[in-house]
Amino acid sequence: MNILAYLIPITLSLGGLGLVGFLWTLRSDQYDDPDGDAARILRDDYDDHPAD
Amino acid sequence: MTITDTHIGLSACPGCDATALATQRASKRAQQGDREVALSLPTIQCAACISVVERGLMALPGVSDVRVNLTRKRATIYVKPDIDDVVLTDALAALGYDAQPLDQATLSANHSDRAARDLLMRLGVAGFAMMNVMLLSVAVWSGASDATRDLFHWISAAIALPTIIFAAQPFYVNAWRALRVARLNMDVPISLAILLAAGMSLFEVAHSGDHAYFDAALSLTFFLLAGRYLDQRTRTVARSAATELAALETPTALRLKDGMPQTVSLSELCVGDLVLVRPGARMPVDGQIMRGKSELDRAFLTGESDPVFVCPDDIVRAGEINLTGPLDVRVMSVGKDTFLHSLADLISVAEEAKSRYNSLADRAAAIYAPAVHLLAFAAFVMWMYLSGGNVRYSLNIAVATLIITCPCALGLAVPAVSTVASGALFRLGLLVKHATALERLAEVDTVIFDKTGTLTVGKPTLLNSGDIALQDFALAAALAMASAHPRSQSIVDAAQGQALPTVAVTDIKELPGHGIAGCWDGKRVALGRADWAGSAGHGTVLAVDGHIRTTFEFQDTLRAGADQLFAHLRDRGLPVTLVSGDTASNVEAFAEAIGLPDWRAGVLPTEKVQFLKDLNAKGKHVLMVGDGLNDTAAMALAHVSIAPASALDATRVAADIVLISSDVSKIEDALRIARSARRRILENFGVAACYNMIAVPFAFFGFATPLSAAIAMSTSSIIVSLNALRVR
Repeated sequence: MNILAYLIPITLSLGGLGLVGFLWTLRSDQYDDPDGDAARILRDDYDDHPAD
Repeated sequence: MTITDTHIGLSACPGCDATALATQRASKRAQQGDREVALSLPTIQCAACISVVERGLMALPGVSDVRVNLTRKRATIYVKPDIDDVVLTDALAALGYDAQPLDQATLSANHSDRAARDLLMRLGVAGFAMMNVMLLSVAVWSGASDATRDLFHWISAAIALPTIIFAAQPFYVNAWRALRVARLNMDVPISLAILLAAGMSLFEVAHSGDHAYFDAALSLTFFLLAGRYLDQRTRTVARSAATELAALETPTALRLKDGMPQTVSLSELCVGDLVLVRPGARMPVDGQIMRGKSELDRAFLTGESDPVFVCPDDIVRAGEINLTGPLDVRVMSVGKDTFLHSLADLISVAEEAKSRYNSLADRAAAIYAPAVHLLAFAAFVMWMYLSGGNVRYSLNIAVATLIITCPCALGLAVPAVSTVASGALFRLGLLVKHATALERLAEVDTVIFDKTGTLTVGKPTLLNSGDIALQDFALAAALAMASAHPRSQSIVDAAQGQALPTVAVTDIKELPGHGIAGCWDGKRVALGRADWAGSAGHGTVLAVDGHIRTTFEFQDTLRAGADQLFAHLRDRGLPVTLVSGDTASNVEAFAEAIGLPDWRAGVLPTEKVQFLKDLNAKGKHVLMVGDGLNDTAAMALAHVSIAPASALDATRVAADIVLISSDVSKIEDALRIARSARRRILENFGVAACYNMIAVPFAFFGFATPLSAAIAMSTSSIIVSLNALRVR
């Protein structure tokens, strides 16, 4: 059962990472325009080179 | 070949056919001191539109950042302060997009976005905690014991307690608000269940107990927050669309300074200023005409569909539309003091009346909250007696009862349904502004319509185009071309469908408020009011050398879908009354055309109010559909009200539902969906009741375990959410 000593902290930190990721997306306005984001990914603007 | 390329030629939006524009990246950042401009872009609909708009605007000098929001069909642009909005809208018009500047002040007054985001954050935190605790709980349920179980419980507590304090705050706040005024709402049992469950579980864990309800407390928080968030988002979408409608009317006026008109914001106008009102514009203020003659469309104020002639010294009201000639108006009152704004008080009275409406959720809570508390208390007392005073055991059972009865399904029952219903209505072009509007709409048993502007578009059509001699028609059309008057426009429209002889009319002049005159074949031809163009008589005529040749008859154009709407309402057996401020002859002709037996004409605003009061006194639930100021008071009194998007701002504010679509038959869909939604809500309450009937005895007699609570709660929530999807 000693494996729990590793597994539980790993589980929690991975979950916490997800939560931090979610809070970051929320703070950087990523839920403001769901339709627009779905459409933007289909543009070919960045196919040749990424944004400067 | 990319996906955007395959759009070419298939899509309805201009941007999709114009992807091959010069590439310029939107990489510049907003700079200090830039002005923020919001534009409404109703026609954008795809990825290519975003690219075209963003690139097109970035190419303009002085623009430092552009961001298109496709969900809201809006663009936010950062420009140098000296650049006018017109430059931007012109550039977009050249690219093929309609754009209208939105008033920033009106837009930023809308704070509900922040509330929705706050709920979403709490929801995310609750979801994270719930999943982790559930993971640990499953280990306990599948047989972990002794030290392992205690360890898992302690870790659960460490995750659950901070989450419960943070994420469930909206419930505590609401519960406290209700308790402070000695009332019970749904949030009281919710808060109590969450806090007691957490506290009791902590106590159990500290004493190495078997059961901890951390996962139940967290799932309760999560599911209820989900309901709360759905509710908030539905209303945010409707409200932001409604705000946008208001922001489209940028409050400006043309002030005359030394004879030169300059655009100023309404708030800068003072009493005594002189403003210029061009033909086609709405009166920005109440005032007195100093110079110019014109005709006014007063339909918004009185319901009259015929234009009214005005000349110097006449009084005009804010909201009236100037039709023919430019007017110089001396400001008598502005902003809050205008007649238009005096209605604001009335609207707030109506809002108050509506907030007193007892929604289904309120009524359920009124029964539910005390019942839950009594039940939990009874369980405690009973087990105290049975166990001979074992407080810990009895309290455990009481808490289990409270958690199990706690209205997870009830918390979702209403928001899930109203989200689906409002979403369906939004796609049909209806904005549900008020939280209880759908429920009230489902109870409607009488419908009252205004005519002008509501069932008609406020634009005349020529009735007797078939009876007019071709040469007369050609003359009239040639004259009418020179005028922007709605009746002239309709003559031109009607003429386009006919093979008319060519006539050469020269020297055409429009005399505002009277008509248009010209020279043809050496004779004076005139189109306009009978008493001006010819001799005596009524209506619009064509006269040659003072002799009336033809009379033109007009009727207000029916809105699309009106026939269909009335057919449906007849099928439903709903009594419909047409109540209009227009003249009897106009209303009668109209009512006959749509086959409506019950109509009233020449009704003053106060009489409309009395009519509504009488119906209310008879216990009728009235749906009032109207657009004008003359309807606003009556709409405020009605059980539920709908206004078209073309209505005045004040009227839209008073209305519970705004019809964005130009097709009035959508009102029928609204009625159908509202009734379906009400049925689904009642079914959901039934599901919740059934669930309680099974679960409560279990908990009450001490058989409930955290596992059974978790299963029961999720099952009922899922059933309720799935049932909500059946709203159609």
